[in-house]
Amino acid sequence: MPTFVYMTNCDGCGYCVDICPSDIMHIDTTYRRAFNVEPNMCWECYSCVKACPQQAIDCRGYADFAPLGHSVRVLREEEKATVSWRIKFRDGREKNFVSPIRTTPWGSIKGPSDYAQPTSAAMRSQELAHEPETLKVEALPTLARSRFKKGLV
Amino acid sequence: MSRKTIFVDSDILVIGGGMAGCGATYESRYWGRDLKIVCVEKANIERSGAVAQGLYAINCYMGMHWNENQPEDHVRYARNDLMGLVREDLGYDIARHVDATVHKFEEWGLPIMKDPKSGRYQREGKWQIMIHGESYKPIVAEAARKAATEVYNRIMVTHLLMDSKRPNRVAGAVGFNVRTGDFYVFRAKAVIVAAGGASHIFKPRAVGEGMGRTWYAPWSSASAYALPLLAGAKMTQMENRIVLTRFKDGYGPVGAYFLHLKTYTQNAYGQDYEAFWRDSIEKMVGDYVNHHPVPTCLRNHALLEEVKAGRGPIRMVTKEAFKDPHKETVGWENFLGMTIGQAVVWASQNIDPKEINPELTTSEPYVMGSHATCSGAWASGPEDYAPPEYQWGYNRMMTVEGLFGAGDTIGGTAHKFSSGSFTEGRIAAKAAVRYINDLGNDGPEVNEREYTELRKVVYQPLENYRVGRNEIVAGTVSPSYLLPLSGLQRLEKIMDEYVGGISAHYTTNEPLLTRGLELLAMLKEDLDHLGAPDLHQLQRAWELQHRFLASECVTQHTLFRQETRWPGYYYRADHPKLDDKDWHCFTLSRYDRQSGQWEMEKAPVYHIID
Ligand SMILES: Cc1cc2nc3c(=O)[nH]c(=O)nc-3n(C[C@H](O)[C@H](O)[C@H](O)COP(=O)(O)OP(=O)(O)OC[C@H]3O[C@@H](n4cnc5c(N)ncnc54)[C@H](O)[C@@H]3O)c2cc1C
Ligand code: SF4
Ligand code: SF4
Repeated sequence: MPTFVYMTNCDGCGYCVDICPSDIMHIDTTYRRAFNVEPNMCWECYSCVKACPQQAIDCRGYADFAPLGHSVRVLREEEKATVSWRIKFRDGREKNFVSPIRTTPWGSIKGPSDYAQPTSAAMRSQELAHEPETLKVEALPTLARSRFKKGLV
Repeated sequence: MSRKTIFVDSDILVIGGGMAGCGATYESRYWGRDLKIVCVEKANIERSGAVAQGLYAINCYMGMHWNENQPEDHVRYARNDLMGLVREDLGYDIARHVDATVHKFEEWGLPIMKDPKSGRYQREGKWQIMIHGESYKPIVAEAARKAATEVYNRIMVTHLLMDSKRPNRVAGAVGFNVRTGDFYVFRAKAVIVAAGGASHIFKPRAVGEGMGRTWYAPWSSASAYALPLLAGAKMTQMENRIVLTRFKDGYGPVGAYFLHLKTYTQNAYGQDYEAFWRDSIEKMVGDYVNHHPVPTCLRNHALLEEVKAGRGPIRMVTKEAFKDPHKETVGWENFLGMTIGQAVVWASQNIDPKEINPELTTSEPYVMGSHATCSGAWASGPEDYAPPEYQWGYNRMMTVEGLFGAGDTIGGTAHKFSSGSFTEGRIAAKAAVRYINDLGNDGPEVNEREYTELRKVVYQPLENYRVGRNEIVAGTVSPSYLLPLSGLQRLEKIMDEYVGGISAHYTTNEPLLTRGLELLAMLKEDLDHLGAPDLHQLQRAWELQHRFLASECVTQHTLFRQETRWPGYYYRADHPKLDDKDWHCFTLSRYDRQSGQWEMEKAPVYHIID
């Protein structure tokens, strides 16, 4: 379902423009509000819908196979770390779902430089960062070269 | 309009900040504390790539510490699924590291579901674990941002740069900023391409407004293949395009339905059809059909034959499972977490799977390297065990010096998925750091003439439009330029009709492929006349150029492999059977940018033996 923007809700902040992976949310130069410039390259990924602070963006199912009258609304709340969905069928039935989206505070990931500098022995080994501890097995598995045989086996 | 040329120097340049690119960026910093690490992305890494809308499962996790699976088990699984042909050295390498990646994701804050009884990760199937992955990409992007010296969003990379001292060595890349229009010259000692797979190579089933509802993201534009191809890197298994059996129109995923919800398929008359086709499949492919699980392509084949026999539509039997409220929730959240469009289709058509068994269909073909398919660049294997023929340098280095790859970019390694792609990015990055350390002062140099010429080429579509636009009153039709969408639709039509797309029932043969190549050659000439009215369309023009080159590569590979190895993905009608005697091998291609010629060769398959 390609996106569209409600004229009265949009304030032209540009968050949707900044996030759309397809680069199709643009600001209309006359109205100074956002719109979808290329609906046929929209993946209905909802990235822009989730990012819009005004809930100004909605989707209407692709005209070539989706009958009118439905809606799928989303509210992503970073502070609560949840995403909530409301699905409305063409015939009016409704379904609601809520899921967690993160278990740690936003921005809390430790960067790789916050860990001790790896040794030169580690650099020469096949181990990747935080291995073998993070694997939770004693050692990184390996194979003997002789285990490989050419052709059909 | 004056456009600046901006130079960015780095040690490691990561092209594409999707799953593999974020993994590569993180790991580069871990091993290369003092290095300058730059990640360049055509969108915004917060929500870019195939995981932009999230995922509901991580499809590659061993669970070694619970003794659930070992890396060798995964190699055997991928080998069987791909009808015998995978790079087992590379696959093993991903499998042995992937658990560490997933444990890190959990530590970073990705909600992974747990089995209430065992306390272990909730399995969806033997290899899959279930997650609440709406923010999978923002979480992974946060880790990458903490690691990178700089992240450049909204820069479409168009070409790689080559070293002026050594012809087969990479030296950086060029691209343009989709917002400002400035030209970027990235000079780097090592380059990691992580630019994702390819949709819109073949004509999609959805038309008009729905054209963007492809299974793989519409922004997966084949740069992962075109960039290395233009630099002379070898590709492998590009004929191994993937077709997916998915819920109709929305292409909603079926994994959780089959594996976790235990729903199953039947034909229009309520019959199981897969068993019915088993014997005839065995005549085509031999013993491969007896493997467990049955290879993905063969299951597609049974569905296609059943539909051709007039017993469609095929339906997923959901009515029973959806009586259980927990299963109903999983069924819907599965879509909301990764393919929201399917929920919209069902809402719009009043399909409640509690009451209606929804239809399935097969998609148009896609080219990528991380799912049940393994197209991509030919890469060197791990130092500790790869057979000598698979090893010519650093792990995940392509056949061009200093050029690395990961995720959909790298061929031969099916079933890596999101976690395996991130892991492969990490593997490539550590190797790239080692490569740079070994280089010492012998770094590459960029010739000014090279990027000055490319600068002209990159903006040519704007110029073509500016000039041609004056000839006509208004509208999209011009005698002197082609809009990117028109070019894309011509490409998709050629690929569809001649190279085995939906309207040809995935079937082709030598005469069709030869004719397809003739038509592609004319399209290639016409692409010099692409016209772009603005920077957004300039991005589309370059996406099309990249898709074009990947398509030509797919066609050459399909012509070269004279057998039908993966019925259900595509058929060579002139060679309808699997032929292990002559074709138990990889196919490799190399493109010569100067002459426009393709060279094809075979490479051996090595298996791990027990
Ligand atoms: C519908 C769907 C369902 C899936 N389900 C699952 C699942 O349940 N579990 C699972 O584990 N995996 C799943 N996958 C697979 C997973 O998403 C991929 O395996 C993974 O994302 C591949 O990683 P990548 O880095 O190679 O590509 P991507 O993540 O797509 O990243 C490629 C990046 O490169 C950028 N880029 C491309 N071209 C250029 C250019 N020219 N210049 C600059 N940047 C560029 C793109 O914008 C993008 O950010 C699913 C995928 C889809 C589409
Ligand atoms: S739904 Fe996704 S692709 Fe469509 S406009 Fe919004 S962000 Fe872009
Ligand atoms: S994010 Fe919402 S309010 Fe801001 S420009 Fe886009 S549609 Fe308008």
